[in-house]
Amino acid sequence: MTVYLLCFALFLVGLYGVIAKRDLIKIILSIGIMGYAVNLFLILFAYKRDAIYPILTPGAAPQVMVDPLPQALVLTSIVIELGTTALLVALAVRLYQKYGTFDITKIRRLRG
Amino acid sequence: MNNHGMTLIVKTVTRITVWMILLYGFYIILHGHLTPGGGFAGGVIIALAFLNVLLAYGRKFTQEWLNIHLLETVESLSALLFVVMGVIGVVIGGSFLANFLSKGALFHLVSAGTILPLNIIIGFKVAMSLFLVVWVLAGVKMSKGGEA
Amino acid sequence: MPVETWLIFTLGFMILGSIVALEIRDILSAIIAISVVGLGVSMAFLFLQAPDLAIVQFLFEIFALIILVRAFIDKKNHQFEPSSSSMVMTIVGVVAIAVIFMLSIPMFRLLPPFGEPLMSVSQHYLDFGASETGAANLVASIILDYRAYDTLGEVTVLFTAILGAFAILRTTAKHKTAGGNDE
Repeated sequence: MTVYLLCFALFLVGLYGVIAKRDLIKIILSIGIMGYAVNLFLILFAYKRDAIYPILTPGAAPQVMVDPLPQALVLTSIVIELGTTALLVALAVRLYQKYGTFDITKIRRLRG
Repeated sequence: MNNHGMTLIVKTVTRITVWMILLYGFYIILHGHLTPGGGFAGGVIIALAFLNVLLAYGRKFTQEWLNIHLLETVESLSALLFVVMGVIGVVIGGSFLANFLSKGALFHLVSAGTILPLNIIIGFKVAMSLFLVVWVLAGVKMSKGGEA
Repeated sequence: MPVETWLIFTLGFMILGSIVALEIRDILSAIIAISVVGLGVSMAFLFLQAPDLAIVQFLFEIFALIILVRAFIDKKNHQFEPSSSSMVMTIVGVVAIAVIFMLSIPMFRLLPPFGEPLMSVSQHYLDFGASETGAANLVASIILDYRAYDTLGEVTVLFTAILGAFAILRTTAKHKTAGGNDE
């Protein structure tokens, strides 16, 4: 319960960054923080007490394992996040080339 | 033109280590069904090896060393191959992406049916697309003031 | 020590790191702080018995650091946040976050307690995964056999991301070569 709440607090820190910050780089970083929190929350949900990683080892007796399904989903999610971050960075660089600033309020003012 | 990239020390070290990094990436991809890792992790490692060359030697050398058009082709082909594997699964196994190859013995390198080829495809896909994104980004100069 | 203690320590460290990353004015320091947070996530994955994810998260961190530094940090001048956000927005943001946090506490009580997952579908994967797919790594057996269709979607997203980056940045690259020929 405490762990879940702390993970949610991490997500909210990212949300605060998206709401309150005006720098585009800071907004991209905040989106990254939110992604970390979501991935970590899914894996926290999959943890089973005193269980081991879901990989069989030769010659070892079968043991209780943690839930492998969220791990598989998060594995794809992390790589997708990397692609998304790269795309966001590309957009930010393009905006900087056009307007010469990362400040979103100034970009809004300089339309056209 | 020799001044592109970083210092001689970085270049020399890169010349040796890039092959080790590539080898490690392929190892991670090929053992994806036995140990932690797999196509995603191995693909990122291979992309990082190429990125290492790009950072150490600069853009011009990398363009000569790597065939960027070939990378783009591999990138698109691996996505196509993934779908083709799925369609073969429909024909032989009865469902999309069915595991139609023989399963083999547990803990052997050549086992687990289609998981090994799919891992290799995913590895190439991830490596090429991530490297190409950085390649495009690195080609852009941050011009102050903007062009508009 | 139980794993929960380690996790609370790591999570607290990560929250602190992300606050530093958002509030510091030097952009280079912010990017490095965010990388430290990501390495904290990687460590948390190790505590939670997910070595696959720890490896991928670690590599993700290195890659993201290179992309961000390469794109946003100029060799000549150190970048600073152009203008700190307005006082009103900061206060509104903090109050909204606090309210959301308070309201969400009852919802988290409804979740199954930490360390006791439901595992209704996964139990089948754990029991029969090795015999049905022949893979020792059960995570690999899920992403590439049981749920390979999901991975196909992931491939499509990656393809779209690279296509988007090309579409956004290609035009400027052409401009630049045209300018270079004029010299």
